[in-house]
Amino acid sequence: MSGTFVGMPAFPTAAREALGDTQLRRNLAHATHVIRDKRAKVVAEVEDWEELRLAGAGVKEAALRDLATHLETLEASLVRAGATVHWARDAEEACAIVAQVTKAHGVDEVVKVKSMATAEIGLNEALEAEGIAAWETDLAELIVQLGDDLPSHILVPAIHRNRAEIREIFLRRMGDVGRPAPVDLTDEPAVLAAAARAHLREKFLRAKVAVSGANFAVAETGTLVVVESEGNGRMCLTLPEVLISVVGIEKVVATWADLDPLLRLLPRSSTGERMNPYTSTWSGVTPGDGPQEVHVVLLDNGRTRALADDVGRQALRCIRCSACLNVCPVYERVGGHAYGSVYPGPIGAILNPLLHGVSDEQTASLPYASSLCGACFEVCPVRIDIPSVLVDQRAAVVDSHRGDRVPKAEAVAMKAAAWAFSDSRRLAWAEKASGLGGRLLRRFGRTTLPGGRAAAGRLPGPAAGWTGARDLPAPPEESFRDWWDRTDGGRDGGAR
Amino acid sequence: MRIALQITCVNDAMFPDTGKAVVRLLRRLGVEVDFPREQTCCGQPMVNTGYLDEAVPVVRRFVDAFAGYDAIVTPSGSCAGSARHQHSIVAERSGDPALAAAVAETGPRTYELSEFLVDVLGVTDVGAYFPHRTTYHPTCHSLRMLGVGDRPTRLLEAVRGIELVDLPHATECCGFGGTFALKNADASIAMGADKARHVRDTGAEVLVAGDNSCLMHVGGMLSRQRAGVRVMHLAEVLASTEEDEG
Repeated sequence: MSGTFVGMPAFPTAAREALGDTQLRRNLAHATHVIRDKRAKVVAEVEDWEELRLAGAGVKEAALRDLATHLETLEASLVRAGATVHWARDAEEACAIVAQVTKAHGVDEVVKVKSMATAEIGLNEALEAEGIAAWETDLAELIVQLGDDLPSHILVPAIHRNRAEIREIFLRRMGDVGRPAPVDLTDEPAVLAAAARAHLREKFLRAKVAVSGANFAVAETGTLVVVESEGNGRMCLTLPEVLISVVGIEKVVATWADLDPLLRLLPRSSTGERMNPYTSTWSGVTPGDGPQEVHVVLLDNGRTRALADDVGRQALRCIRCSACLNVCPVYERVGGHAYGSVYPGPIGAILNPLLHGVSDEQTASLPYASSLCGACFEVCPVRIDIPSVLVDQRAAVVDSHRGDRVPKAEAVAMKAAAWAFSDSRRLAWAEKASGLGGRLLRRFGRTTLPGGRAAAGRLPGPAAGWTGARDLPAPPEESFRDWWDRTDGGRDGGAR
Repeated sequence: MRIALQITCVNDAMFPDTGKAVVRLLRRLGVEVDFPREQTCCGQPMVNTGYLDEAVPVVRRFVDAFAGYDAIVTPSGSCAGSARHQHSIVAERSGDPALAAAVAETGPRTYELSEFLVDVLGVTDVGAYFPHRTTYHPTCHSLRMLGVGDRPTRLLEAVRGIELVDLPHATECCGFGGTFALKNADASIAMGADKARHVRDTGAEVLVAGDNSCLMHVGGMLSRQRAGVRVMHLAEVLASTEEDEG
């Protein structure tokens, strides 16, 4: 009962479609600017924010450097605390484990805490195929699920929807899967939230099995941590008898003390709050309190692949805050669906190729979905140098095509440019040719830039990519280097 | 002190007036620059598109051309960023320790124009005259890769006659992004359209920036819109005098 990213076109095509969606453009511009401003305000309150970023990055980096040891410690601590630990190499294994545990309890439904790992592995669809309904209980995830929609943001998966659309989805779909929305439902946020609360309460009280992810996993104590805003997570983590948590192996930190910088960085970076309303921690089973059967599925699904990448491994520091999405000028305009993954935006543009490789065209298009403006790096709480990783992943894409029998036009152009730029005489010749081309352009393009310089308007062929929306200044008749030679650097009175 | 001008390939081939302005401006400040004829490009178009092998000979050309200079001044935040932050990546790719050593020499000596004026020459009033309503767009690489901060605006504020107005949402990218402008033309244009709108909202006659590539993109859109705003490189504004205006 939800859409799929499978078969999505490459980013430029998907982006073109999204850019034409006026409602989406309006919703996103509004929402990203609101969160962006909130974040900027609460970050500015913290005097030692830059030190905090360094500390957060350091904690995650240290954990990744000795990942195997920390994971074994985590497993031992969890087992000691009464939890059952499963290891899943990929999405298929992880989904099978969750389905198997659920079925062992003879139930056909689970309630879910918002979790990126379970979205990443397509758990809901896998459970559905096994006859198990997975109910999302996070408000935004519920909106996406009821709308047969796809998430478009890490923190706010329904960010592309406005409240009028949400009202319509609730009225149309809630009744099909449980308590219907009241007929007099308005699009007031409090009214919509009340409808969701009434709808979800039935599911919370009925569910025997809950599924969660985790924001962090503390190795020394076997503690999982979930950070949330709505309290739905707390309901799922405490009411059901059985709790299954799917946790990416990069979520591990060594000690409780390591949580300190991370729990201070995360809420300010993600929701723009000083502190999130609910932080739940649990260490295996507590007799007589909460779920009495606790499973933890430790998920690889490409993470060791990313870990082996010298430049890209820093992406595993990500704490899924979404600050990079909210500040990204590309994301702001095209939205999350165009990235074809549950991880959209700048982090998605590096994480997806790092987890899965660049052999398919869609994933290979993601590292190019950026102007390399660097705003993402500036806000990243764990200092992931996203622009550098983007460039490195672009190199991975190019390298994967080096053996092609027929090279792409771009590769031919780059080789030609490298040839011309390897020798200044070649460049000088190219500039003379472009000067001659400039004469043609001046006749052909017939437009003038403000200020008076001749320019080309719309041109056909490969130039259309530029001139479709931008006038192109005509190349000058004389390059700078020719001017320098002719006038001895302007000393011959040719300063103009 | 031996100072070299790195004109950049875009300025050399498309915007020679910017280069002439740099020469004129620095000469007025008592600084003569060399123009090493062997220079071509910093290699950024290849690096940023993922063609690292192709960038190796270009970076080699860069370090050969600029070896031995105390300072390399360039009218581009982006190209200075490339020399300072990306040449080491290309050198590592080449596997050539000599190239790595060479880029470690040239990189830190490469200055974007406003850095060179403020930090090396120690001037903010360059004696310019430019009586026009002007707004300034801080380009992403100058702002976030180099961290030029308020140097360009301090230089502009000291220009006589200028009416400098703030650009709304100034730090947001214009959408140029090198080959991004072609590979993701639709997203690039959507970003450029918003930047152009913010520029128009200022009522400025002139949009100034430190990178002609970004200006070619935003200026190309403003021109297509017949917006009545012209774009100028920072160097050209700083080089302007009363004679130019008269």
